[in-house]
Amino acid sequence: MMGTLFFDSLNLSQKVMLGTALLGGISGVIGSFAVLRGRSLVGDMLAHAALPGICLAFLLWGTRDLWALSLGALTSGLLAIATVTWLVRWTRTKEDAAIGIVLSTFFGVGVVLLSVIQKPHIGGNKAGLDSYLFGEPANMLSDDLVLLTVVAGVILSLVFFFFKEFQLVCFDTDFAQSQGWPTLKIDLTLMAALTVVTIVGLPIVGVILMAAMLILPAATARLWTNRLQVLLVLAGLCGMLAAVGGTQLGRGLPAGAAIVLTAAGLFVLSLVLAPQRGVVARLRSEWQLRGRIAREHLLRSLYELNEPYLPARQQLPLQSLQDYRHWSALPKLLDAAEADAFVERQDKTVRLTSLGLKRAAELTTAHRLWEMYLMQHAGIAPDHVDRDADDVEHLLPAALLVELEQQLEQEGRLPNTITSVPDSPHQLEGPSESSTP
Amino acid sequence: MTPTIALSSDAWILLTGAATNVACALVGCFLVLRRMSLMGDALAHAVLPGLVIAFLLSHSLSIVPLFVGAAAVGLLTTFLIQTLHQYARTPTDASMGVVFTSLFALGVVLLKKFVVGHFDVACVYEGSLELVVLSETICGLPRPLFTTCLVLLLNLSVLLLLWKEFQLSSFDPALATTMGLSATAIHYLLMTLVSVTTVASFEAVGSILVVAMLIVPAATAHLLSDRLAAMVAISALVGVLSAVLGFYAAQYWDTNIAGMMTVAAGLLYAVAVFCSPRYGICSTVLNNLKVSLRVVREDLLGMLYRIEELGSARQMTSAEARRAIGGGWLSRLGVAALLRGGHLRRAGECLQLTPRGRTEARQLVRSHRLWETYLVEHLGLPLDHVHEPAHRVEHFISEQMQRELEAEVAAPEQDPHGRQIPD
Repeated sequence: MMGTLFFDSLNLSQKVMLGTALLGGISGVIGSFAVLRGRSLVGDMLAHAALPGICLAFLLWGTRDLWALSLGALTSGLLAIATVTWLVRWTRTKEDAAIGIVLSTFFGVGVVLLSVIQKPHIGGNKAGLDSYLFGEPANMLSDDLVLLTVVAGVILSLVFFFFKEFQLVCFDTDFAQSQGWPTLKIDLTLMAALTVVTIVGLPIVGVILMAAMLILPAATARLWTNRLQVLLVLAGLCGMLAAVGGTQLGRGLPAGAAIVLTAAGLFVLSLVLAPQRGVVARLRSEWQLRGRIAREHLLRSLYELNEPYLPARQQLPLQSLQDYRHWSALPKLLDAAEADAFVERQDKTVRLTSLGLKRAAELTTAHRLWEMYLMQHAGIAPDHVDRDADDVEHLLPAALLVELEQQLEQEGRLPNTITSVPDSPHQLEGPSESSTP
Repeated sequence: MTPTIALSSDAWILLTGAATNVACALVGCFLVLRRMSLMGDALAHAVLPGLVIAFLLSHSLSIVPLFVGAAAVGLLTTFLIQTLHQYARTPTDASMGVVFTSLFALGVVLLKKFVVGHFDVACVYEGSLELVVLSETICGLPRPLFTTCLVLLLNLSVLLLLWKEFQLSSFDPALATTMGLSATAIHYLLMTLVSVTTVASFEAVGSILVVAMLIVPAATAHLLSDRLAAMVAISALVGVLSAVLGFYAAQYWDTNIAGMMTVAAGLLYAVAVFCSPRYGICSTVLNNLKVSLRVVREDLLGMLYRIEELGSARQMTSAEARRAIGGGWLSRLGVAALLRGGHLRRAGECLQLTPRGRTEARQLVRSHRLWETYLVEHLGLPLDHVHEPAHRVEHFISEQMQRELEAEVAAPEQDPHGRQIPD
């Protein structure tokens, strides 16, 4: 075969690199579907359940021929999937327990068969059977590469041609069913693809770590994107990177474990750096939100202190502002507000600029509108709305505010025109701390 | 070194296997009930780095450092899985997969790097129950048996002490939390117990039997019982039984004992799947068959009654009647049962209602027509839509319900098609 000839021309380390990269890529792609479908641990089960098939194939044929063993593994893998589906459908056992039962019982059968194989009177070359448990990429032969390439080609074209179907089943099975798609067949196709990939990967990375190859790249890619196409590409790349990186960096270590640890490293890195779900991004947006809330509270407090003197903009003593509510860093807030040209400071007094007054009026309007809404529609007592409104006012979209205004105006509850600030629906108190017992 | 108590080596192996299985089954019940069976699998793998680090720090395989290492990594695993799920929105099963496979890989690397020779990775999978007798002895017991007994006692006493807490938080964690009983704390406690149990069992039976014994006996017991106490007791029994069966099967065929115990547990589960009195496949099939037979019988009675009611002289042969109620062996059985029960009699080739059959048929037709009337009056269904639902429901209307329907409908004498509703 042409392929075999080409693969034969590579040296061992090139073969290992090519093989693991191929495996990483396809397990990333197919693992993405498994993770989205809520079937992450099915890969783990398949990897365990393949063992009895491998042993039986060895006992029947007496060789370590890759194709024979893979066929055995495929058979027992599919049998395991069928058993789980059947148990969940017909008995009281839930899916998690069914997966656990099938996983451990099949593996137990495999261990028993292994101990039979290890008896002296059973012939054949037994070396290498162990690699199905722990994985041995260095055993990569041209045959393995041919198998991997064929599998990769089939899986990728399957994903390419049935992308729409897979996507539909992953995100909304009920909708797919109601639209007349054969969801069961699509689901089974996905599971069969998962089985094939798992079984091809077993001798390379071993049982546990094969499960990791299916889950880790997909989970990593999921942190970066919300689009399926991007997810598949990223997961494939991530799997390849982990495979190549692991085999290169982890010389002298068990190769399967090195690959998985590299994948885990990529996952942790993504967990820290990812744009929306990452730790850094989250902390940053939380910090920004907190800052915005503090700045808005400052403006509203200034407005409320200035309210008796409207429309004049009064010089307010800093001390009164200090006492008005609890501040964590008032001087910094005032600096920021001054930089935005919302306030002017003189000695120990502070005064809203006309721009600041406009913005403060808007904020206070939002606050009071929400308070009124809560009192009328949620039946919350007047002395409780201040705090509740505090939590929400910063997140109210402009469209909702307009709607609230219109509603309150129609009901005649809005005392003035839209541009002005309604009176507070409850008595304003001093420091907000004292308003809650 | 041989144990000080004189027992055959077989007995020691059997005892160790049984103790391990019971210890696992006790905590396994709660894993299965909380639908977290795979946490057992996850923890059984994730504790590996904890073991290796504990070994490296203490330079010994003694019990205390191994338990501390296992408990610490168990808690860490649980925490990481929860946190990943909550903060990175990774689905629970995926976060489980991410955490335990990564930790296992870390364990394998640590093992290869630092502790060559002391641990056998294959042993982690398959265990070495055969070697129990050769190990050192503690308090007169072989070491693996001593550790598993210790854990068995620990699990038993925690369960007895916190029975109600475990029960409540397994079935209704929200209620438990509102009652001031932290479901999270119980969750972490359970996970610690699982990790410690896993580690204690590793040496003797290997990770694969641990995973099996955490899940399979509990799932078997779940098929056999609806009460928590009974479930825990049955699962312990299944654990012991699979140890005994597995041991003798392994002796007979001369294979791996731990593997055979797993297979035995799987077979016991399979037996329960088919033969459980309430949830078994056999009893479900039997019940369905009984209902289908009853429906067929009642349909035939109803049909013959309606023919009589029309005053027609038409008689039905047995073959015709069978065809009319769907045919096949079910209808054959139905006709035979009616003849045997004295509901029908043969008049030559034809079937006739006996007085007894007529009484029963009247009740059925009464249910049918009352239901039709109810559907038209209260649900406003059109006349041509009520026969089909009534035909399905008539078999399941009790006397009590007949009375209630009678009280609900305006005219319980006539059905909406104008036919009389029999008494």
